[in-house]
Formats: sequence, structure tokens, C-alpha cells
Amino acid sequence: MLSRVADALFWLSRYTERAENNARMMDVNLQLMLDVQPFANNRQHWESIIFTLEDTKLFNQLYPEITGDAVVDFVTFERKNPNSIYSCLATARENARTVREELSVEMWEQINRMYLFFFSGDAKRIFQNSTYEFFKWILQGSHLFQGVTDATMLHDEGWEFIRLGMFLERADRTSRILDIKYHILLPSGEQIGGNVDTIQWMAVLKSCSALEPYRKHYRGQVLPWKVVEFLVKNQTFPRSIVFCVDSLDYSLHKITGVDRGDFQYRVEAERLSGKLLADLCFITVDEIFRAGLHEYLDRMQGRLIEITKAIYKEFCEWLEEKDKEPQETEPPQLQTQKSS
Amino acid sequence: MGNLFEGYVPENYFDEMFGSTGEVRPHYDTLLARYTAMSSEEFQKKRDLANNAFLTQGVTFTVYNDQEGTERIFPFDLIPRIIPRPEWEHVERGLSQRITALNLFLHDIYHDQKIVRDGIIPADVICSAAHFRPEFMGFDVPKDIYIHICGSDLIRDHNGDYLVLEDNARSPSGVSYLLENRQAMKRVFPNLFSRYLVRPVDTYCLELLDVLRFIAPNGNPEPTVVLLTPGIYNSAYFEHSFLARTMGIEIVVGADLVTHDGVVYMKTTHGLKRVDVIYRRIDDDFLDPQVFRRDSVLGVSGMINAYRRGNVSLANTIGTGVADDKVTYYFVPKMIRYYLDQDPILPNVETYLSHFDSDRKYILENLDKLVVKSANESGGYGMLMGAQATIEQREAFRQAIKENPRNYVAQPTIRLSRSPSFCGDRFEGRHIDLRPYILYGAKITIIPGGLTRVALRKGSLVVNSSQGGGSKDTWVLND
Repeated sequence: MLSRVADALFWLSRYTERAENNARMMDVNLQLMLDVQPFANNRQHWESIIFTLEDTKLFNQLYPEITGDAVVDFVTFERKNPNSIYSCLATARENARTVREELSVEMWEQINRMYLFFFSGDAKRIFQNSTYEFFKWILQGSHLFQGVTDATMLHDEGWEFIRLGMFLERADRTSRILDIKYHILLPSGEQIGGNVDTIQWMAVLKSCSALEPYRKHYRGQVLPWKVVEFLVKNQTFPRSIVFCVDSLDYSLHKITGVDRGDFQYRVEAERLSGKLLADLCFITVDEIFRAGLHEYLDRMQGRLIEITKAIYKEFCEWLEEKDKEPQETEPPQLQTQKSS
Repeated sequence: MGNLFEGYVPENYFDEMFGSTGEVRPHYDTLLARYTAMSSEEFQKKRDLANNAFLTQGVTFTVYNDQEGTERIFPFDLIPRIIPRPEWEHVERGLSQRITALNLFLHDIYHDQKIVRDGIIPADVICSAAHFRPEFMGFDVPKDIYIHICGSDLIRDHNGDYLVLEDNARSPSGVSYLLENRQAMKRVFPNLFSRYLVRPVDTYCLELLDVLRFIAPNGNPEPTVVLLTPGIYNSAYFEHSFLARTMGIEIVVGADLVTHDGVVYMKTTHGLKRVDVIYRRIDDDFLDPQVFRRDSVLGVSGMINAYRRGNVSLANTIGTGVADDKVTYYFVPKMIRYYLDQDPILPNVETYLSHFDSDRKYILENLDKLVVKSANESGGYGMLMGAQATIEQREAFRQAIKENPRNYVAQPTIRLSRSPSFCGDRFEGRHIDLRPYILYGAKITIIPGGLTRVALRKGSLVVNSSQGGGSKDTWVLND
């Protein structure tokens, strides 16, 4: 597969997943505000979202103050924000356009339809009538794309790059959604484990479509350490961090053709993902809290970025060398020559 | 409400659907019955259905200098053009004859130039052609085929006779619209379609792939074929991607390729992979910055060296532009007689070369009646429609012709045939042309029909999409 194509598939998938997660976060938090508004510090709540998205600087340049409307606008429609839903859908489609021959007709049509709808008057109308409907539509659009991808695209190398992008993004977003809770302080007078605290943890689960799966799994109270355990370590929930890392590790091995048994790896990205997977499997929730949840999640995001970098270096790096003259002395490199 | 054909008159033109006294031509009978039964609202609904499908599928071309939504759909007219079988067989024979002669001409021009030595074509016509590549004199191309994909534009005059207006021997575009138009017609009018025996067009991509594989270096039976595009900002990018997708080959940009030691490779996730055949959709000038334009970022450094060494094949080959030059066009009927000893089946439009003194005199005296074209422009640019032009425009061309006689040809204004087209709320006659696509590999194949382009502006004779043109589905009947 062409390196440029692999790169475009990876990002097309990542941006679609990112649009979806933005929509989830906005939807859940808008609803959360309805529940906790009487008690909570509105401004500080929205500030924490911008903070976990690591977009505080850009936000402050564009908006005079932090309000719910401003944050929703920034995360949804702001063109100058490269991570807004607007930008994500535009970038995903732009990437798709460059690799249409790799996509099934259905995939392209779905991604194009989302793009065209989002920029039509209909989308704005729906948003003004009901933000719930609007974000649900984005979520469904992304799910439809992922389902259509599974059902109509060849499950070959390109598909694995799409999976890589999707799971890396999802792992990152799940960790950030969990992190929001760290930044939202409880209103004064509220108890840890009290009513508002529980509602906030439930909102975290809802942001990941995890509330009902959580209840099925634990059949009881929503408790902080159990929420963390579920979203970090549950092996069967498709948005938990360990599930995502396991899946991307699997895809990486499919791409390199290296057997996954006996912890084998050939390329650096495989080593990093394998190591992260092992850590996730064997760490306990106690250890996470002792290290500090925020610190743990922060490191997690760092390690996911390292994997992304290693993937690019391994499969796509020479795209940047396009302007260099070929070296006459060096023999043509017909196989990837990498040390393991 | 009311008949959409009400008030329709063929006027003083050859109409594809109606005879001069207003009677419907037999092959349009069934279609007329279906369309007269439709109200304007119903028809518009059908049209929206087709347009939406084009938009969702991204069947678009790019409009430059437009910030939002840089893509537009190519206007599609829902009345198909229908060509009866005997008429098409005549066209097919004529096109096969023509591409055979053009290929022999290119071989000759890049080798012994007998046609020049025998005095059929003046030497300076060849030497001064902008797309003549003397660097490739004496170079043998794979299987001796120069033009693998050709699009020759045909028109019909007021008698309904088919004439060749020009040849496109470099990289003709538009075939993807033809294929998508057919899809759209089948979706929008399934019942009507099933009542005609229409020859299918969807094997085009397989046949194109066969041609590309046929010319692989050293007869390699399993060559790697790629399509080289200038990129997504090119106005024909949709077509490039469409063709690559339907052939199941990689679409590459210059940056995906690298040459080493006379071999072209593409950069893949598993290392470099050798490329054997390149269907290039970029002009000669941009192929290789080492040989042609140094500022080209679209091509690949070292590609021409690889081509010369026979390690990679290009379709079309380099230097075919000398065959579709508008001055060379004048000589094609002579070529057919010279190389094949046959009379041309499809005549040229009567043409005057300002290169010849007597013709130039005639052109300058009749600028208000003629259509003047510059030799190497396309897409409807660089043209003077003498009858409609202002005095200033005519004087500008007069000056240009005197300064550079080689660069201009002139033709009488042809009364192009018309076809009913949907305009606003009813059908009106609009001028059309036809671009068939000819493939030349192990054999010559012509896709049944071609792309019918229609000048949607009232009275306009210019069918190019850049000048307000649209297109129609073209049905070749099998009975």
C-alpha cells in the first residue's frame, strides 16, 4: 500500500472518530448542566472541558469569556479550531477524497453525506431546534461510517490503518473524558460519593456510551474506582482504553505480518503498543489512584502520541523526502529493513 | 401542467429527435411517449434525484477561485441522445480508420518522416508544432502504439452528417461522466431504459486496463499499473480517482514515485515497489523536471530516463500532441489516403490554414463569417466566433493571425445539430456534439456512443463545461 494512502486512511478514520467524541462530550455536558446547574459553577465546568482538550490557548484568543455557548460553538462549529467537528469532518472528507479508490462506494457516500449535511442549512436548523438531535445525528453518522467500513471494505492493509486511527483516537478520547472529572471540582458542601459526585461520574460513563454496559457489569452503585476500572481495564467494552490498545496492537501485527503470540514484535510501534498493553493488563485500580488519576491519564496520552509517531516513522516517514534526489550509491531498498 | 414539448420547433437545424416537418424520428418514438406523459414538476423531481446522486457520489469537477464548496456537478440533461445501430457502425468504422492513420503518422514523424519527404505535409508544420518532441526521434515505443486513449470530437451538420471537429490525442477527459450518466439514467428512468436495447458501456474500464497491461515493458504478464494524477485540486480529479478505482489500480501523485537506476518505484508501507506502466493524466511538460519544465512538482525526477530505457511504459506516449495540433488536423484526410490508401469515412470540417497564403487571404477577408481557432488551445479558449464577435475582437485576431500565421486555423460556422434539452420548465433545442473514446491496444475498441455534450446557453455553440456546457447520456441501439 502507498505510504501516502496509509497515512490518509489513518487520519480520515481518526478525524471521524474525533468528531464523534466531540459530539458525545458536548451532548452529555449540555445535559449534565441541566441536572447540576443549581449547584455547580458553570464557568469552571466548561473551563475544564477546554482544558482537557488542551485547547485553552486557542479558545482564549477567539472568545472573550468561557460560557457554555462559547465552548459548544468552539468545539462544534469553529473553523479556526482544527479539532472542531466542522474541521474534523472537512479534514476527514479531504483525506477521503485523496484515497477514494481505496474506499468502498458506500464509505465515501457516507462521509460525503455527513460533510454535505453538516454544511447545509438543515444542520444549523436542527442544531437550533435541538442540540440533542444534532449531536445524535453526528454520532449516528460516525457509527454508520464505521459499520459500513466493516461491512463493505476489503479487510486488507488499508482497513487495518483505518482501525489503527480509530482505536488510537478512541483511547486518547476515553482518557480525556475520564480526566474531565478530575478537573471538575465538586461544589462546596457536596460530599465525595454524594449525589452530585455520582451524577458527574454517570455523565463520564454516558460520554463513552458506557452507562448501561457498566450497570450490566457491576450491577450496583456508580463508584469512582469502578468507573475508572471499567473505562481503563475492561477487556470487553469497545471504548475502554485496554480494548482500544489491544485492538490497535492487533492491527499493527496484521500490517507487519509478525506473529502476535509470545510477545513478538519487529517495529518500534509494536514494541510500544505491546508494552502499553501489558501495563494496562497488569496495573490495578489502586495503583492508578496512588499514582494519581490525572497523572496516570496524562502519561497515557503521552504514550499514545509516541505510538502515533512510531507508526508514522515506520510506514510513512519518507513521504517527507519527496524533494530529495535519489542517491546514486545506495542500492534500491526493496524490503523494509528494520531491526527488531 | 401541460406537454413539455409544447411549442418545440426544430427551426433551421438538424434536430436529433424530430424531422424537418416536425415528425418524430422512429428511434425516439417510445421516448417521446414517456416524456410527453410527464408534467414539469414530475420531470424536475427526476432531475433533482439525478443531481442529488451526483452530489453524494462526488461526481463533480473543481471550480477554481471559490472558497466554499470548490466542487460543482456537471449539469446533466435527462433527455438521452439516441444513435441507431447503422449510424453508429458508420461512425465506428470512421474512427478506427482515423486512429490507425494517426498512429502510423506518429511512427513516421518520429522515424523517417516519409510523409514530409513525399511532400504531403510541409516540414515546418511539424517542426513548429508546440507538442512535437524532437528528443524522441528514432525512439521505438512499446508495441508501436502511440495513442492508446483517444477522444475525437464529432459534430453533425445541418444534413445530419457526422464530421470530425478535432482529435484529442494527449489525455482526453470526460469518460467518467459518460459512465456515471448511464448509471443515473438507469436509476431515474428504469422502465424507459428497459424498453430500448441499449448497448452497455461499463466494460470500458476493463478494456482500458487490458490496453495498459498490453503495453507493459518486456511483455511482463503481471505488470504493476498506476494512474498518475496532478492531485485533488485538478479539475478532473474525480475522473482520475474513478478510473483508478474501477480498474483496481493505485492512483499516485508525483511524490509517491521515485526513480532509481532507470527504474520507477512507488513508496509503499512495505518498501519500494516497482512500477511498470503509468497511465499519466499530466502533460508531457510536467512529467520530469530533469527533462522538461524544471519547475514541475507534479512529475517524477528521472522518469524520462526510465522510459527511454524501456523500464516503464507511458500511456499515452510522449509527443502525441503533434497529432492533435489543429494545423495537423487539416492534414488528417491526406494522411488517411497516404498511409491507408482509403477515402476518409468521417470527413473533416472544411478548414483554412492561415499558414498558406491563399487561405490566409480568405480568412482575413471573411473574419465575420468564420470560426478562428488557435492551434494549441482547448476547452473553448483562444477562439473567435466571427459572426458574434465585436469589431475589436475581430481586429485583435486579425493582428494575431498576421503576426503568427502558423498558429491559426479557420472554419466556417457549422450549424451544429440540436437535441431537445430541459431548459427552465420545458424542452428547447440545444446544440450538441459527441466525444467518443477510442482505445488502442491489442485491438481497437470504441465505447458505444461517447459523451454527448450540450451547450445549455440558448443559441450557444460552445459545449465545454467551462463555458456553460452540460452533458447527456448517449444510447447506441443494438437492434
